[in-house]
Amino acid sequence: MGFEKLLFYIFAAVTLFAASMVITRRNPVLSALYLVMAFVSSAALWLLLEAEFLGIVLILVYVGAVMVLFLFVVMMLNIDVATLRARFIHYLPLGLIVAGIMVFDMFLVLGPADFGLDQFAKPQSQPADYNNTAALGQILYTTYLYQFEIAAVILLVAIVAAIRLTLRHRPETKYQDPSNQVRVRKGSDRVRLITMPAEPVPPSLTATLGATHTEMTE
Amino acid sequence: MIALSDYLLLGALLFAIAVAGIFLNRKNVIILLMCIEIMLLAVNTNFIAFAHYFNNLSGQIFVFFILTVAAAEAAIGLAILVVLFRNRHTINVDDLDMLKG
Repeated sequence: MGFEKLLFYIFAAVTLFAASMVITRRNPVLSALYLVMAFVSSAALWLLLEAEFLGIVLILVYVGAVMVLFLFVVMMLNIDVATLRARFIHYLPLGLIVAGIMVFDMFLVLGPADFGLDQFAKPQSQPADYNNTAALGQILYTTYLYQFEIAAVILLVAIVAAIRLTLRHRPETKYQDPSNQVRVRKGSDRVRLITMPAEPVPPSLTATLGATHTEMTE
Repeated sequence: MIALSDYLLLGALLFAIAVAGIFLNRKNVIILLMCIEIMLLAVNTNFIAFAHYFNNLSGQIFVFFILTVAAAEAAIGLAILVVLFRNRHTINVDDLDMLKG
């Protein structure tokens, strides 16, 4: 049990360190990388709480997809960091005061007096053959089926919205329009016959043509 | 033995760090989005801690949905940010005063 407690303190310290680095770094790329660190150590904490599936999902979805998206956007935008950080120190005391008051309040409410081991004993560990993913799927696909479907719709709407927001039509880009191509009629749209007088052949061209003609006959 | 209050206080500290970050970086929209992600992480940690100590899986289901909504929110937020930068060439919050609010 002592080893578990040691792990908890290590991962908690790493999480808090990474979170404080996220908000103080000058470079947004470094902030994103420290956020990855916070997510990974939090996933380890979730594993300590026997939430194996969510710990893995946090790493796969957050570190693998969302943070890569963040890094992509940070590197795509050309941000002038200096002006963004111009009055950085100006807001530091206010932020620290608000955060300090918040932590003090939460310590009073959530402290060991009300939520300690006496009130909430550490539950028995699950047996070795317990499958967190199976248990979660069992409850997700029965009790929470409608909510699950709503979540799927939310993701679909997010996909459509993100694509629609960033889509742009450039007038200088040339592209085919298949619906126009299909709608071409057989007669007038494909071949256009024009009545025009015959062009006279220029004399220089006549000379060359005559020369080649004589060469070919020889 | 790790008590429930340890996890709750860790969540509280993470949340407070995120709030301080919003005060600190209130000009940079990208860092603001990252602070929101830290807040959601703190809330999720609380949910999982309660699910473990109450021996009730519903808390983990809730975290599942929060992760879904947070991913959608990050995708749309970053898309809006890209469009904003394309039109205004800045993401400084002070320059974004088109609504005249």
